[in-house]
Amino acid sequence: MEQFFQQLLNGLAVGGIYALVALGYTMVYGVLKLINFAHGDLFTIGAYLGLTLLASWNLAGVLPPAVAVLAVFLMVGLLVALIGVVLERAAYRPLRGANRLSAVVSALGASIFFENAIMLIYGARVYVYPDFLRPDFTVNLFGVSVPGVRLLILGASVALMLALSAFIQRTRMGAAIRATAIDPGAARLMGINVDRVIALVFLIGPGLGGMAGLMVGIYYGQIDFTMGWSYGLKAFTAAILGGIGNIPGAMLGGLLLGVTEALAAGYVAMAWKDAVAFLVLILILIIRPTGILGERTADKL
Amino acid sequence: MSRTPLYVALAVVIAGLPLVCNAYWTDVCVMIGLYALLSLSLNVMLGQAGIFNMGHAAFFAVGAYTTAILNTVCHWSIFLTMLPAGAAAGLFALAVARPIIHLRGDYLLIVTIGIVEIVRIALINDVFGLTGGANGIFGISRPVFFGFRIVKGIQFYYLVWGMVGVSMLLFYGLWRSRFGRALNYIKEDDVAAEGCGVNVTGYKLAAFTLGAAWAGVAGTVYAAKMLTIAPESFNFMESVILFAVVILSGGSQLGVLVSVFLFIGLPELLREFSEARMLIFGLAMMVMMIWRPQGLLPPLPRRYAMPHPQEGARP
Repeated sequence: MEQFFQQLLNGLAVGGIYALVALGYTMVYGVLKLINFAHGDLFTIGAYLGLTLLASWNLAGVLPPAVAVLAVFLMVGLLVALIGVVLERAAYRPLRGANRLSAVVSALGASIFFENAIMLIYGARVYVYPDFLRPDFTVNLFGVSVPGVRLLILGASVALMLALSAFIQRTRMGAAIRATAIDPGAARLMGINVDRVIALVFLIGPGLGGMAGLMVGIYYGQIDFTMGWSYGLKAFTAAILGGIGNIPGAMLGGLLLGVTEALAAGYVAMAWKDAVAFLVLILILIIRPTGILGERTADKL
Repeated sequence: MSRTPLYVALAVVIAGLPLVCNAYWTDVCVMIGLYALLSLSLNVMLGQAGIFNMGHAAFFAVGAYTTAILNTVCHWSIFLTMLPAGAAAGLFALAVARPIIHLRGDYLLIVTIGIVEIVRIALINDVFGLTGGANGIFGISRPVFFGFRIVKGIQFYYLVWGMVGVSMLLFYGLWRSRFGRALNYIKEDDVAAEGCGVNVTGYKLAAFTLGAAWAGVAGTVYAAKMLTIAPESFNFMESVILFAVVILSGGSQLGVLVSVFLFIGLPELLREFSEARMLIFGLAMMVMMIWRPQGLLPPLPRRYAMPHPQEGARP
């Protein structure tokens, strides 16, 4: 029972990170119907930028650790968001309205480009995060001691997701995003600046993804330039699992995928955990072809 | 407008190329030919039927591993393993595609990515104790063709490009047939095709199985060329490259040949920028898509049986 509880919390923490990254996929998909394969690499960029800010700029030496981490989170979010907007301008806007698969291939090209740019700038070795950042306390929860870092990661991702939900549901700009997702043409007729909405989506999604990269750095303590692939693929799986284009779906999918993986790692075998995650995805899609919270639409896109 | 002169010129160039190339470039051309074979097989599903398959490397892997196991364990000759390799890949594809083929485009995309990852993980974990784990299988014997041992690069070159020629003729015939027309309707609008009485699921499954089986045959050639195979040769990145080749081609077979050269041949020319090579590759992928989103050489419009009034009825 204790092992189960430990794995469950572990899965929820990782699932929270998946969910944050999945939000970027699902928002872009909702508005542009594009799978932004470069999103996983924006996540890696977040992890590396965070390391640079912390280690090279020595932010943590100037400010108290908690404040430094918070400041780095904001800066990373902002910088990655800017890269996201530039990416949209350069690689996706020229292909808007063209064959959808061309945009997918352009996204794959962007992903290869980013991954290798990181490798050329930082080198191919594994980087270690300064470990004083890792909150070093444990919490006693129902008789089980839980590392505090798991709870903090989970708490931070849930807080970010709730903030995003509130933004989408309660603000005018959120309404514009929802309207554009339903029908860009009609939204434009109603006076919504669709280009601005898309830029906004490419600010929010990559911003959250970059912060998730930073979280992974703090949580696992080490990063490398290829990590974007596996996390990106998992997060995209999570978005599909929940029903792509659906924001609560991405959150649910992320948490569910994280828990499934952690339980598979604990009870089946570590080496098979990724395979189990994909197997669950395939099974769920066979039963519900548009994901758990996906709408029932016609089979045709 | 016909593309026949283009095809003839291309055939002459391909036939004459190894006479002017050194051993290294002949080898590169063998790899280009292998990717051409794989891309043509993916074109059957992605280019002609519009089935979003981003896990083609999985079927390639099944073929290559079937050959390797039959050769090293059962000591079959390489050419004899070609049939079982194709059959294994085709049957595997049929089994996995049956429950998922009806999925919407992007969902099918992610499921096929999942399949290629599951296959790779299974191979690494030495499933059934046959696949040799992360090291793969080595010691595959050289192919013998009616007592004639194929060893040199130039022999492989003619073998691979000969197979490319055969598959182009085969798939061209297929494309002109009733089957090919059905696939084309499905690609254009599968709801309408279903409404017209086309068995959409059946045709999609057939196209998927055929493309996968042909990838399995390419796997045999790959195993025979490399003499050793490992799980990492069949990762997601390979599927991505094949996918990109077919999308850039625009769906025609000639387009596949041109874009396979751009994607596999050009990076070879970039060898001297070794460090920045993949960076340039990624950039080139974006630029090529933006430059020609409709593909390099989309298939020419068909002449349908209905004549134009002024043209009069022609046979």
